[in-house]
Amino acid sequence: MAKVSLTTPVTEEQIRSLEAGDKVLLSGVVYTARDAAHKRLVEALDEGEELPFAVEGNAIYYVGPCPAKPGEVIGSAGPTTSYRMDPFAPRLIKEGLRIMIGKGERNDEVIDAMKAQGAVYLGAIGGAAALISKCIKEAEVIAYDDLGTEAVRRLLVEDLPVICVIDSQGNNLYRRD
Amino acid sequence: MRTIKAEEISRAVAKLCIDANYNLGEDIVNEYKLAYQRENSDVAKEILQQLSKNAEIAKEDQVPICQDTGMAVIFLELGQDLRVVEGDLYQAINQGVSAGYTEGYLRKSVVNDPLIQRKNTEDNTPAVIHTEIVPGDQLKITVAPKGFGSENMSQLKMLRPTDGVEGLKTFVLKVVKEAGPNPCPPIVVGIGIGGTVEKAALLAKKSLLRPLGVYNDDEKFKNLEQELLEEVNRLDIGPQGLGGLTTALAVNIETYPTHIAGLPVVVNINCHVARHKEVVL
Ligand code: SF4
Repeated sequence: MAKVSLTTPVTEEQIRSLEAGDKVLLSGVVYTARDAAHKRLVEALDEGEELPFAVEGNAIYYVGPCPAKPGEVIGSAGPTTSYRMDPFAPRLIKEGLRIMIGKGERNDEVIDAMKAQGAVYLGAIGGAAALISKCIKEAEVIAYDDLGTEAVRRLLVEDLPVICVIDSQGNNLYRRD
Repeated sequence: MRTIKAEEISRAVAKLCIDANYNLGEDIVNEYKLAYQRENSDVAKEILQQLSKNAEIAKEDQVPICQDTGMAVIFLELGQDLRVVEGDLYQAINQGVSAGYTEGYLRKSVVNDPLIQRKNTEDNTPAVIHTEIVPGDQLKITVAPKGFGSENMSQLKMLRPTDGVEGLKTFVLKVVKEAGPNPCPPIVVGIGIGGTVEKAALLAKKSLLRPLGVYNDDEKFKNLEQELLEEVNRLDIGPQGLGGLTTALAVNIETYPTHIAGLPVVVNINCHVARHKEVVL
């Protein structure tokens, strides 16, 4: 279990060197997307359209934040449960997505895609949303504005505390037996 | 007959929505600390510490503890000698929810139709309202914002009467195990036993309103709550599903008489952000 600082965008090599159990402080740009946005992203790929952000080497954080209070960058912003994104994640991983941040289990299709392409699943602490929002320095809606809290946002994060739950070998901290 | 203005009810509901989402109950905060002392894994300790810190930040900055500020579940105990004037009771409640979620910068997480359109209603209404008519001339309002990470992990089972205590335990442990890391453990397990399908579900939800450290009045069920808590905590799911002794903070059981042919059980899971605030008007 190492302590690692990582800044996006990342290379396959950097991702392959992470191990389940590593404590990661993540910095750089991460994009937010939940169920509804994932559905649209994958539909866009199916239609051969360009995505609203480059997936290659990047990170998606599964979050629907609270509205920002006046003078704040963003409201509370903890992870949502990841399995709802499982039907869409392998497709994005094939496009070069390297990091997913959420909470809770992933299915075997997602894990297989992570192993094949070199991607990791990082767990943020579910419910620690006020604490996590302190690490978010910039936030801007970049697509699907009509989805409200579920819109795609570009976040700039600094030392976001996460744990590598599933690494690119498929080692999974949730399955310990 | 005593009267109360609808507007007064709206104002109270708005305040409760905000209060419940910003200020975690002292019982939960204290339990985080006790659990921290009991745990022997570093990861579990660190997570519990972060949860304490998160609750502190939320309280100090007056921001939501969790970004999922829930669907507003509201329990009313309406005295039969109280009359609501100058407005409609349920409308007043929903106006309160709308005002609270808007003024409190809480997330609006409700969609208009559950299956086809799924369009956000933009003010977190409607609330889910449960009303009980009771003696007296007061109105007790409890607001319990319910996050869906944990709600989604809840299950119903119509057990056979002969399945008995063992059947119940097996089912509860199965539900908690299947939920695993998804409902943001440590969780609170609410169990409704008896009645009919909807009665059991309501009992399970209601049991989640109990403060930690308060048990079922009936000694038999109190013992069962404690046994189940021990067994749940032996599953080694732990905080955030990363292992440890603290899978649940409490197991609460509520019961009701049932039919000779049935034994309905609903397990309603709540997360560590176990929110509920009440007021008596
Ligand atoms: S389950 Fe609870 S703690 Fe987890 S994200 Fe939902 S409301 Fe927040």
